[in-house]
Amino acid sequence: MDSLILSVRLAVCVSAILLLIGMPLAYWLAYWNWRGKFLLEAIVALPLVLPPTVLGFYVLIALGPHGPIGKISEALFHRGLAFTFGGLVFASVLYSFPFTVQPLIASFEAIDRRLLDASALLGASRVRTFARVILPLSLPGIVTAVVLSFAHTLGEFGVVLMVGGNLPGITRTASIDIYDRVQSMEYAEANRMALVLLIISFVVLSTVYGVNRRIGRRMWASWAAR
Amino acid sequence: MLKARLRKARSGNTQPSFALDVALEIPPGITIVFGPSGAGKSTLLDCIAGLLKPDNGRIEIAGEVLLDVEQRIDVPPAKRKIAYVFQSLALFPHMTVEQNAAYGLAELPAPQRASRVKAMLEAFHVDQLTKRKGHELSGGEQQRVALARSLATSPRLLLLDEPLTALDEGLKKSIIEDLRKWNAAQNIPILYVTHSRAEVDALGERVIALDQGKIVSTGTPHEVLDAPRRSSIAQASGFENLFSGVVTELREADGVMRVQLVHGACEIETPLGHAAVATAVRLAIRAGDILLATERPYGLSARNVIAGKIISLEQRGTMFVAQVAADSDGAVIFTVHLTLGAKRSLELDVNRPVWLVIKTHSCHVLED
Repeated sequence: MDSLILSVRLAVCVSAILLLIGMPLAYWLAYWNWRGKFLLEAIVALPLVLPPTVLGFYVLIALGPHGPIGKISEALFHRGLAFTFGGLVFASVLYSFPFTVQPLIASFEAIDRRLLDASALLGASRVRTFARVILPLSLPGIVTAVVLSFAHTLGEFGVVLMVGGNLPGITRTASIDIYDRVQSMEYAEANRMALVLLIISFVVLSTVYGVNRRIGRRMWASWAAR
Repeated sequence: MLKARLRKARSGNTQPSFALDVALEIPPGITIVFGPSGAGKSTLLDCIAGLLKPDNGRIEIAGEVLLDVEQRIDVPPAKRKIAYVFQSLALFPHMTVEQNAAYGLAELPAPQRASRVKAMLEAFHVDQLTKRKGHELSGGEQQRVALARSLATSPRLLLLDEPLTALDEGLKKSIIEDLRKWNAAQNIPILYVTHSRAEVDALGERVIALDQGKIVSTGTPHEVLDAPRRSSIAQASGFENLFSGVVTELREADGVMRVQLVHGACEIETPLGHAAVATAVRLAIRAGDILLATERPYGLSARNVIAGKIISLEQRGTMFVAQVAADSDGAVIFTVHLTLGAKRSLELDVNRPVWLVIKTHSCHVLED
């Protein structure tokens, strides 16, 4: 059960960090137009198509003692990030990036521009417009973003294996635990863990659909159809 | 008083590229901006509100400069104190009527905010709807809430972009009446954009006619719309007959000229224009300004009497619309409006030969 708790802890950290970074980035991508925007959009979407092992490999190099991030971490904390929980969080944030940012962009873009104009003409600052108009109107998109990044982090395997290895209690997440148990022929144990993950995933997705239907929008559906 | 000088180039593949190039001085009270769609009406309002940045120009309200491109002054929309009601109204869908109306009053202390909201909602007769949301309101109610919301901030200028187009006449009148009443005390300039002739007549003090980004005329509704100088304005303000022609003769002493319609032998006498002989002109004639006679009329002051034949006759509400082809050239077709009584007493019908009678001064020569 340790591995499952670790997975949930990882998923909570990752979705919280992603929401914090994803919000301003999605706002920027949705409302600003500049020449090089498509490049940033491509970078944000990259983890969708990249094999997890490729992403994991480069992150491992970056985190290692000779990588740029590893060096920074070494200087600040006198230890590297490879094969640590911190490193796992870093890699997972990158891996789940599009799952947060894309639903956010879609829901920001779906808001009638004239509502934002109206807010400005009524004297509201950008921050007030964001808090009073954009945020409440994109709530379904925000729920989708959080839930998807949570679920996606919970189920990741390749990146975790590359970056975290398989240290019990530190980097052995649920999906790696399942793999381990299958390798050592403990099918009953593996099945128990797999079933829990399956149920969590199902509950999470039905929550997204349920919430979005209640608010009357199908942003996730339209996003998934892309 | 609003003073604005604006120039904005616009290039697009789908729309004809045009430059908004206007200079306006708008006194307090309602001024109508009239023009066909694509004339630049909304672009003008967006530039004044600060939502669009013009390439060049200067905007000044009550002595304060809001924009001066040369001096790099550009007050952001949030600080311009301009109220703008869009065609879509843009009520915040997740807020109640009350919250919408209070949105622009964040800086007021709560008690004052509440009393201002109450006063505004009362002024526009929506004070019973405070707890409702936008989608629970009728079109007219939404309109009233949008007005109350934008005017609650005590703006220096009100911009209205065809806000009443979708409403029926009675509702329109009562909302405009409330707006006038409110403005009697505030006395701010109001720019009202529309492409509807009926709205111009209903509102009408001053009219600015806009076409292809330029002001083509200003004045009372009568001056601007009944004597249009451009065919796009003529079309928009309801001239059913528009003909291309060539000036054949100038009679300066009589103050008239003769124009031969391009399609054929048909010739019409019009007031003297700026055009010289052999130049191409456009003629606009209202369908209601043409008389029909069943026998050749004599002893008339009207100078244009044209023989023709009715080719179609169609009832539209309380009038008949007749299409009459000129005998001299069947390609020249006049649209004529008739009352039900006239149709009956003249026993008009399709294929009946008739004479068209048009006064010289009912023929408007347009500049294109």
